[in-house]
Amino acid sequence: MSWLPIALVAVPLLGALIAPAARDRAVTWGIAISAVVLALAVTLAAVFDHARPAAMQLRTDRPWIPGLGLRFHLGVDGVSLPLVVLTALLTFLCFVHLAGHPPAGGRTGALVVTLLVLEVGMIGTFLALDLLLFFVFFEVVLVPMYFVIALWGGAGRRAAALKFILYTLLGSAVLLIGLLVVWTQAGTLDMVALAGRHGSGIARSAQIVAFLAIGLGLAVKTPMWPLHTWLPDAHTEAPTVGSVLLAGVLLKMGSYGFARIAIPVLPEGAAALAPWLGALAVVGIVYGSLACLAQRDLKRMIAYSSVGHMGFVLLGFASLTPVGLNGALFANVAHGLITGLLFFLAGAVKERYGTADMRRLGGGMLRRLPYVASLLTFACVASLGLPGLAGFWGEMLALLGAFRPAAVVSRPLFLVFMAVGGLGTVLTAAYFLRMLSRVTHGRPVETIPPGPPLATAEGVREVLSEAGEGAEPVEPVAAAAAVAALEREPEAVADVGEAGATGAARALGAGAADAVETGQGKRPFRDVTAHELAAWLPLVALIVLFGLWPKALLAVTTPAVQALLGPGVAP
Amino acid sequence: MTGGVIQSIDYAAVAAPLVLVLVAGLVLLLDAFLPARPGGARALGLVTLGGLAAALAVVAVQAASGETRRTFCVPASLAGESAAASCSFVADRFTLVVAAIVLAAGLVVVLLSMTEIAGTGPGEGGRIPAGEWYFLLLATLAGAVLLPASRDLLMLVVSLELVSLPVFALTALRRHDGRASEAALKLFLVSVVSTAITLFGVSLLYGVTGSVHLDRIDAALRTTGDTVGGTVGGTAGDMAQVTAVATVLVVAGFAFKIAAVPFHFWAADVYHGAPIPVAALLSVVSKASGFAGLILLLTSALPERAALWAPGVAVVAALTMTAGNVLAMRQRAAVRLLAWSSVAQSGYILAPLAAYAAGPRVAVGASIAYLVFYAAMNLIAFAVVMLVSQREGGDLEAYRGLASRSPAAGLSLAFALVCLAGLPPGLAGLFAKIVVFRAVVDGGLGWLAVVMAANTVAGLYYYIAWTARLFAPPAAGESRTVPARAAAGAAVAVTVAVTVVFSVAPQVVLSMTG
Repeated sequence: MSWLPIALVAVPLLGALIAPAARDRAVTWGIAISAVVLALAVTLAAVFDHARPAAMQLRTDRPWIPGLGLRFHLGVDGVSLPLVVLTALLTFLCFVHLAGHPPAGGRTGALVVTLLVLEVGMIGTFLALDLLLFFVFFEVVLVPMYFVIALWGGAGRRAAALKFILYTLLGSAVLLIGLLVVWTQAGTLDMVALAGRHGSGIARSAQIVAFLAIGLGLAVKTPMWPLHTWLPDAHTEAPTVGSVLLAGVLLKMGSYGFARIAIPVLPEGAAALAPWLGALAVVGIVYGSLACLAQRDLKRMIAYSSVGHMGFVLLGFASLTPVGLNGALFANVAHGLITGLLFFLAGAVKERYGTADMRRLGGGMLRRLPYVASLLTFACVASLGLPGLAGFWGEMLALLGAFRPAAVVSRPLFLVFMAVGGLGTVLTAAYFLRMLSRVTHGRPVETIPPGPPLATAEGVREVLSEAGEGAEPVEPVAAAAAVAALEREPEAVADVGEAGATGAARALGAGAADAVETGQGKRPFRDVTAHELAAWLPLVALIVLFGLWPKALLAVTTPAVQALLGPGVAP
Repeated sequence: MTGGVIQSIDYAAVAAPLVLVLVAGLVLLLDAFLPARPGGARALGLVTLGGLAAALAVVAVQAASGETRRTFCVPASLAGESAAASCSFVADRFTLVVAAIVLAAGLVVVLLSMTEIAGTGPGEGGRIPAGEWYFLLLATLAGAVLLPASRDLLMLVVSLELVSLPVFALTALRRHDGRASEAALKLFLVSVVSTAITLFGVSLLYGVTGSVHLDRIDAALRTTGDTVGGTVGGTAGDMAQVTAVATVLVVAGFAFKIAAVPFHFWAADVYHGAPIPVAALLSVVSKASGFAGLILLLTSALPERAALWAPGVAVVAALTMTAGNVLAMRQRAAVRLLAWSSVAQSGYILAPLAAYAAGPRVAVGASIAYLVFYAAMNLIAFAVVMLVSQREGGDLEAYRGLASRSPAAGLSLAFALVCLAGLPPGLAGLFAKIVVFRAVVDGGLGWLAVVMAANTVAGLYYYIAWTARLFAPPAAGESRTVPARAAAGAAVAVTVAVTVVFSVAPQVVLSMTG
């Protein structure tokens, strides 16, 4: 019986309940509560006995619903500890960011409540040790995240939010079936006991069925190709804090489920389906990278890069070796830090330019916004897996796991997977470098999109449709004005997206070039604000720390991973 | 044939329906003899509330005593065998749980009725006569309390009719309303047809087994089942076929009452045409009694034939939830949406019964538990709809921005909808779904579990769309708040409180039904 895990769940819950009373000071309240949670998480890491990370520690086990066999069973081990701390950190940083950058949709108080409820679900998922309790927390995040996207998101928010919640609910419903199959077969919901049995007591066929159901449920959330289609829309339309938490934590709930439930509880099912998991994972890696190459929206590109990176995580799991699992867990945390930072930066860019379309951003960001652009470069380089930064180790270990997979799966097959995954890393580098060359480098004058593509009818229609998308609330007059202005000054189109009628009116006047010049001169481009720096620098520091000293994380996960895979597996 | 035929009546056992019937009579008398005063309707409502509370107290006392009371028994000697006495009225745990659901829901319906009747206003000359309204309501509830206690076919049919008949009148009581009259007629025709079908099935069952008592039917079918095992063909084989037909007919009759596919088409029109309290009554009280009757018949009289009816129930459950969800997706009116959603929820209630053979207690417990959760969540929705629709009509667009205009009503409805969708923070709905899923998976019906999973998602589509409307910014110039109505407001508060308790401590329900 320990009060720490309970407090980690109870504090944000109480904070959310009381938050409406804070009214105008809601964000301050959110910072305070999430700071307390972060402090609790750090205390948890400090109290945690690092000498035996394989053991489940600080457990709380009380009956909640005897009729369902559901127990309020929380605890932490080497697998969950990093994720709990990551969640608390990212949530806190989101609130810090929120303090300086109130959401576009207003209603900050409601957003604070929603984010705190989200935190309850996220931390609870990583702490739960009862299958149904895990499921309950897994579901808690759906409705808050739906509202974060649907109320504070971009232009296409409603469709994106609906797609997100329908997809993920379908996943969780299938997950529930899988969990219930485990429960009927094994007769217990206790994850520790189930993991300790390593699948004994569950027939092989039942294991395969259960792994299929649980795996599908988790794969939607992770996401695994081809179940990822909700992700780009949700990430693109979500507000900055929503994208950060979605990519940084919510995706990890899916991959954590593989490490905590699917693989240790159902080893035979995992062995039977690992080749499929690995195949879909590498398809995801390549597909995600290729999709990134085709993206024009910065946020959408980062979203697709998540598909690729989570593919490495799944490949690590599919190898069923301690090395692969270690890599997957490391990549999990690294991706949370790096992609969290990337989405913060993409949000900052979008806030300043009014668009995240790479063509409209033009080049030369390093000259215009030196700090933002440098940080963006840093995050991209970290994400493409440069050795010495956090992104490298996870992917390398995952590939290493695929190089020498567990004895139960076919090695040649996994060698192919490894080769394809290696190709994926090259593609990852390609799209990030291409993006950097377009956006951060070059001269600011070149922000005007090149003329030739617009000369074709196709190009005109494309740009027009986007201008309409970006400037939805603007009257048709503005769109018509944009049409007129298009031939003369394509930059005006970008302005329509950004400033609507003003930009169009400006473009309508004579001497369009001059107008654009002055428009750019007036544009209030602020480099990083204090709030942004406060939110970003901890992530930068951790990315460097884990890049240079991976053992900080691996020391915690390695023994836990070996315990999960059981004694039969050689380290 | 001397002392045995004189039945002794245990009045303590029948106290709950008795109280309701007496209060019903009292309401009629008060309505007739009290001078017509402005607060008269309100006083009648309060008397009705008091009667329901008294009946609920009786049920609570009976439940606390823990013993099973039986009355209207036929002694064993008359049956010509050495079996124990068969009783027509049994107040066991099943009976008391269903009676408690029905009475608690009845309380909410009365609260809504008080708003409905007050809403018509004295200026319109009391378009709804309060005395008749409450009398009919009490009569329905008496039937609904009687039904789960019935243990013979005749009493089942009679109490089912007692539930149904007053509802036609209640539906049509708002005179000069074409839609209400049409709804009443539709309900009447559907109900009469279903009763006829049920009666035909009942007569066949009686013909085959020679008894109307459920336990004796079961015993008779067991013995013929044994002979069928011994002799191939012959009369016993024919009888088995007749039993099958009878089962189908009786189940079809009840399927009308619970609006299960293919007998679901009446639901939306009737719910939409009826006054909202009556729609709430239909969706909870009438449905609960329909399910109680169905469960009694299938599990007390025909458990031996589970192999025959369980697959049928599974298919009907799958079709019902699918049809309900698909139809609900396209609705624009709040009550119609709730009508189809309640059809879909019927499917979830039916589903565990399909796994009856694997675990009889678990299956019935899961059905009843879902019914309890469903009653609480659904009544919140109806109570808020009652508050909103009084002023603004029933279109879903009227709910835009409700959470910012009237936070209490908006948040209550949002809670009810996420509960019905089965998502946290509506934990009551989530646990209800888990209970049903568990029974189905436990029974080995994987395909049904997958269909349910898909339907959960389909259901979420329209629940979340409605919830999102509540939190959307209000339409320009729209700042109306929901009118403050004491009675309906109390109904919202009570149902929300109960659902919150069910969310935090679902064990309350599970230990009651398990």
